[in-house]
Amino acid sequence: MPVSLLWAVDVRGRVYRLSTGGQQWEQCHDTKLEFKRVTAATQCCWGIACDHNIYLNVHASDLSIRYQEETYENQRWNPVDGFSERLLPSDRWQWSDVAGLVHQPLDSFDLPSSGWEWEADWYADENFEAEPTEKGGWTYAMDFPATYTKDKKWNSCVRRRRWLRYRRYKARDSWAKIPSAQSALPDPVSDISCGGWEISEEPRGRLSLWAVSLQGKVWYREGIQHHNPEGSSWTEVPVPGEVVQISCGPGELVWAVLWEGQLVVREGIGRDCPSGGSWIGGHWVVGGGYGVWDTGWGVWFRRGVNSHNPCGTGWIGMVGEMIMVNVGLNDQVWALGSAERGLYQRQGVTASELSGKAWRALSAPRDSERSHSSASTSSLHSAGCFFTGEVRGQSAASDADSDIERERAASGGSPVPATSDLLSDRPGAGGPSAAGLPAQEEDGQPGPPPPPTTTTSSCAPAPGLSSSQSRGPLWSNVDLEETQSQPDPVVEGAPGWAGPDRADTCSLSSVVTYSLALEEEPYGEDGPPMWAWVSGGGCHVLSFPWTALVQSVQSMSLSISPGQTAAWHQQILEQLGQRSKREMENFKHYEQAVEQSVWVKKGTMQWWRDWKPHKWVDVRFALEQFSGPDGNKDGILFLYYNFNEEKKYLHAFVNEVTIFVPVLNDAKHTFAIYTAERTKQRWPIRLAASTELEMHDWLALLSVSCCDSRGIQGPPSKQAIWSVTCRGDIFVSEPSPALEALPYPTPCEQMFWRQVGGHLRLVEGNSVGVVWGIGYDHTAWVHTGGYGGGIFQGLASSTDNIHTQTDVKSVYIYENQRWNPVSGYTNRGLPTDRYMWSDASGLHECTKTHTTTPSPHWTWVSDWAVDYGVSEGTDREGWQYAADFPASYHGYKTLKDFVRRRRWARKCKLTTTGPWQEVPPIALSDVSILPCAAQSSVEVVPLWAISNKGDVLCRLGVTTLTPAGSSWLHVGTDQAFKSVSIGGASQVWAIARDGSVFFRGSVSTCNPAGECWYHIPSPPKQKLKQVSVGRTSICAVDENGNLWYRKDVTPSYPQGSSWEHISDNVRKVSVGPLDQVWIIADKVQGSHGLSCGTVCHRLGVQPLDPKGQSWDYGIGGGWDHVSIRGNSMDPPRICLPSLTDQSVPARGVPHPAQDPEGANGSAGGC
Amino acid sequence: MADDKDVLRDVWFGRIPTCFALYQDEVTEKEAEPFYLLLPRVSYLTLVTDKVKKHFLKAVKPEDVEEMWFEYEGTPLKWHYPIGVLFDLHALNTALPWSITVHFKNFPERDLLHCLSNSVIEAHFMSCIKEADALKHKSQVINDMQKKDHKQLWMGLQNDKFDQFWAMNRKLMEYPTEEGGFRYIPFRIYQTMSDRPFIQKLFRPASPEGHTHTLGDLLKEMYPAAIAHDGDAKKYQVLIQGIEPLLETPLQWLSEHLSHPDNFLHVCILPVPTD
Repeated sequence: MPVSLLWAVDVRGRVYRLSTGGQQWEQCHDTKLEFKRVTAATQCCWGIACDHNIYLNVHASDLSIRYQEETYENQRWNPVDGFSERLLPSDRWQWSDVAGLVHQPLDSFDLPSSGWEWEADWYADENFEAEPTEKGGWTYAMDFPATYTKDKKWNSCVRRRRWLRYRRYKARDSWAKIPSAQSALPDPVSDISCGGWEISEEPRGRLSLWAVSLQGKVWYREGIQHHNPEGSSWTEVPVPGEVVQISCGPGELVWAVLWEGQLVVREGIGRDCPSGGSWIGGHWVVGGGYGVWDTGWGVWFRRGVNSHNPCGTGWIGMVGEMIMVNVGLNDQVWALGSAERGLYQRQGVTASELSGKAWRALSAPRDSERSHSSASTSSLHSAGCFFTGEVRGQSAASDADSDIERERAASGGSPVPATSDLLSDRPGAGGPSAAGLPAQEEDGQPGPPPPPTTTTSSCAPAPGLSSSQSRGPLWSNVDLEETQSQPDPVVEGAPGWAGPDRADTCSLSSVVTYSLALEEEPYGEDGPPMWAWVSGGGCHVLSFPWTALVQSVQSMSLSISPGQTAAWHQQILEQLGQRSKREMENFKHYEQAVEQSVWVKKGTMQWWRDWKPHKWVDVRFALEQFSGPDGNKDGILFLYYNFNEEKKYLHAFVNEVTIFVPVLNDAKHTFAIYTAERTKQRWPIRLAASTELEMHDWLALLSVSCCDSRGIQGPPSKQAIWSVTCRGDIFVSEPSPALEALPYPTPCEQMFWRQVGGHLRLVEGNSVGVVWGIGYDHTAWVHTGGYGGGIFQGLASSTDNIHTQTDVKSVYIYENQRWNPVSGYTNRGLPTDRYMWSDASGLHECTKTHTTTPSPHWTWVSDWAVDYGVSEGTDREGWQYAADFPASYHGYKTLKDFVRRRRWARKCKLTTTGPWQEVPPIALSDVSILPCAAQSSVEVVPLWAISNKGDVLCRLGVTTLTPAGSSWLHVGTDQAFKSVSIGGASQVWAIARDGSVFFRGSVSTCNPAGECWYHIPSPPKQKLKQVSVGRTSICAVDENGNLWYRKDVTPSYPQGSSWEHISDNVRKVSVGPLDQVWIIADKVQGSHGLSCGTVCHRLGVQPLDPKGQSWDYGIGGGWDHVSIRGNSMDPPRICLPSLTDQSVPARGVPHPAQDPEGANGSAGGC
Repeated sequence: MADDKDVLRDVWFGRIPTCFALYQDEVTEKEAEPFYLLLPRVSYLTLVTDKVKKHFLKAVKPEDVEEMWFEYEGTPLKWHYPIGVLFDLHALNTALPWSITVHFKNFPERDLLHCLSNSVIEAHFMSCIKEADALKHKSQVINDMQKKDHKQLWMGLQNDKFDQFWAMNRKLMEYPTEEGGFRYIPFRIYQTMSDRPFIQKLFRPASPEGHTHTLGDLLKEMYPAAIAHDGDAKKYQVLIQGIEPLLETPLQWLSEHLSHPDNFLHVCILPVPTD
């Protein structure tokens, strides 16, 4: 979980933030400003200072915020001067925008605010449509406006070129004033709220910021996004009355409170119109979320709120006296208590129960008072502990609290959270409602709450509920006497809900409260902070921290990892060794008291029959394990089936199996068993278990048995080859020394693959054992050096370096429509048409309600939403048009289009475990590690990556001891990138999203980010998509599946001369430290019914023939990724095949001296 | 760095070379050859001595055969203690192999429990596991297991199947992470000097203040004499699984890794040999 921040303002106007990974409130020291309110998002925090100006604090990040300014220089040819700035009177300006309509000379560009600085001066862009242009970057045309080409022709009369300049946002981690002249706000601001980040992912980092002025007007800040964090201008939004307060959820919901006490909800907010269309509501109170009334201090929750029904259905009163509440990320609720102004977090808020369970005080020392309080907190407060509250116990918010707590504990002994105590003791709010409020709940009518009598001081929305299932969430009372008025379970669909099952929730809650109070550790004697405002909009805290953060807790528990290096641990290992020696060494000839015998596990499965017609048939399945004479374990697999009434069986020796692999299959829990022979035939034994659990049990058992029989245990070696299937399962293979031998390498199909826990999209390693992975949700992970996890538990897994891993991916379905002359596009298709709700192929019906997650391990985390990110483009409603199904679709409607479709996406999340640790906070789409060996454990390993937004990054501080590195260095580019690779001699190659290929010059140990990009021409008429650089070889794959080799790369001319075609049918390439070439082949003959993607090895690759001769087919299909970059094991060098020599490894530092292209420098360390 | 799994493996595969000899007075028709065997430390004498019985029955008159029992230097060996405990307690500092005398007559009713079939051992073993889990998890884990899971534990021990046993036993070794350990540590402290069979009390893996309890803390509470004070000569050996862990070893770790299959941590306290 990446570290995120909770923001708060105390009554003196000082702003503090609390990191989820930190231990104390840190004051934002860099300003003398005092603040009234703050509103936070993940990446920044807005605040109103006491001068009534708005300030912005953008968090520092390794990723710089750059904005590209561009302008075009236009020239026309005349016979006298040639091309010159003398243009015709009818022409555009000499300096203009791309369309030629706006005059923009270079000096007309100013920095928008003092928060910006220029990165460098203007320069001409020499990249044109993914190809380098001739010097100067000019592109030619016959006349303006026209299509331009990079070559000058006889009829080229005009030319133009693009000038670029970058400005960088420098005001980070400090308060930058939003200039008042620019903001043009006529009167001081009294309230702000930011949100709306879930409305659309494009443009990146967009936010909605709403402000209320003292005169009661509402303003919307335009143009806030990643590249423009301050936004561009204020737009006034008309309101039906004078607004005092506004609040904005992460989605489409915006509420405002009028002076008269009415609440209004903004309507029509969407992707195309983030500021919305009109206000609804009026006479009596509608809309909601949380409201706080300053007379009674009551807290009310508006239930039934979602994007379809932004008004919600009814109010639920809750016990609690809060002066303000704020809803942050993951629907978590933060509040300030009315009396002592302590900070509370709502406990147990989940997607299905937004009401949570109880208030929990959150107290952390402030940095200024840390020294006084450390004595009482040091033992308990460590990383993340404030957010693992149940585990670590609650620190009372104030002395008053803990006093009450102690009294209660003394008198009754009944452990009750301090908050409840405090609240229930207060007259007026809490006590009476124990009886009163449940009655109100049970009427279930969307009735108005008690109208606010004076002013409403705060309102924060319940976030736009994305899940339609949680349509009727409700808050109910905080329990008073621990169990009397528990939150009732939610009944879907709202009115008329009731509270069955009360006993269950009660007991659940009492467990929670019990453990809370049990570990109560009253917090020091210092005066507690008095908070004035809190904002959790940037704070990622899960609703069940005590289960979600198990790993961080586990590492703190008594016994696990820290002991491994302790003296007592060493001593136990030593003594056990001595014991074995003493008691067993001289007595090995004695008979064993217990003879080892055969152990059989049996089960029933379905088997994909070997002969036609292929179908699933029921079979009995058994694994017989036995110990060999030398103590090695071995086993045989039996598969008993009936053929023509006759009982038959199929068997496989466990030590001949090369992989057990789960197969992507919607309908069944399927896995495949390969042997070398079956890999060759492309025909694995395919089995289906009745439940996923059963499949996992078998897979774990079979894999362990297979590893035992091969004597493989412990973590993968540094040389290991990693691969990932299209299901996201991770496999690792230990290369045999002869894998790259010439002329007879170990055949690919003999490689044994074992599974490692976790779920990733790609894994990249290098030969010193630094291994990184990227999840489907683009999270970066680093290998901890462990093994197991996931389905492998207990003995098949290491213990101290397995962590929880999550991944999120989208499930897509398509809505299809056909046009008819009467009603236009409708969901009435022709009888021959595909299902109106289908998968991409149209062959299978997929409706919103019946589409399930890929497996029970995945859970939905969002509602269905239209996906606009389809590669061909869509219209404003997400539709793509075509003449007929199935066809190629386009994002705009033409006369010939009779059908249309749009894609719906729903996100689901997997939680598993594996030897992976997250590398926050930047999400990645590609990563590459220098494949060559570092000389020592402290030597820095160069690692390059592409962020999921296309930024090129260089990781600093990566060594074998600290494989996660320390920080990112942002390497400036003119466009978004998609692939990067670093090879021998620090050659870095990268590919931009438009297919341009770049070589990074002057990369070295001292200058890890290099100097500048050299644009390399692509292969003719091809767009490259992925590149891999080995020791000296550079290979790239284009979008049509062709594999290209870069010719004539030499140390003095590392750019090489041209691309040479090696092969087609290639999806991905991995070039290793020996210049070995491995690929994922797209389609391989014979792999019937298996998904595409086969691991292949290029044979015959040698220094004089780096392109190799032919492909050797390995494991597949269904593979997505392979990384060969760990295997730097030199093959035994033999010219003639001789069995006796095979076992003699090559000696020493290994490079064939005759290598004509041997790069210098660090390549020597390959 | 070795994995802690290797510790489990070493503990499980600990063997004691043993020489069984028939009690002199019981030898009848022909001289019985001594019988040599590697006994698993974690198992029970009567569970692993079928071969011994078979061997000596040939030498004894059938009418003299009663229940087989074992004795070491005059002490009847309690089969219901794990073999490793018996060895550490009685014979640790003697030369190997361990010489055990086999009897078929005069069963010492006062000292030993009868063991007429393996089901008696199974019952004893399972009751120990249940008792241990009552201490560790208020019996929640063992009660959640099915009958076949219990059987798997027992079969694992009986057939010396490490993987089979630990596949199930690891569940008994889990604990809620937020609690940081078991509720109480199941332990038994044996002494040669006392008539008391063993010490067994409630003891938590950590103090109320959250300090990890160590082996030293346990001894301080249960058997203070076992801890040598600064300057004093060491008077006692504290043995678990035949080794002497340092006193600062965390008790929770010991319980997870050095317990016998019955889930108890068996601690033997012996006077330091004088020679």
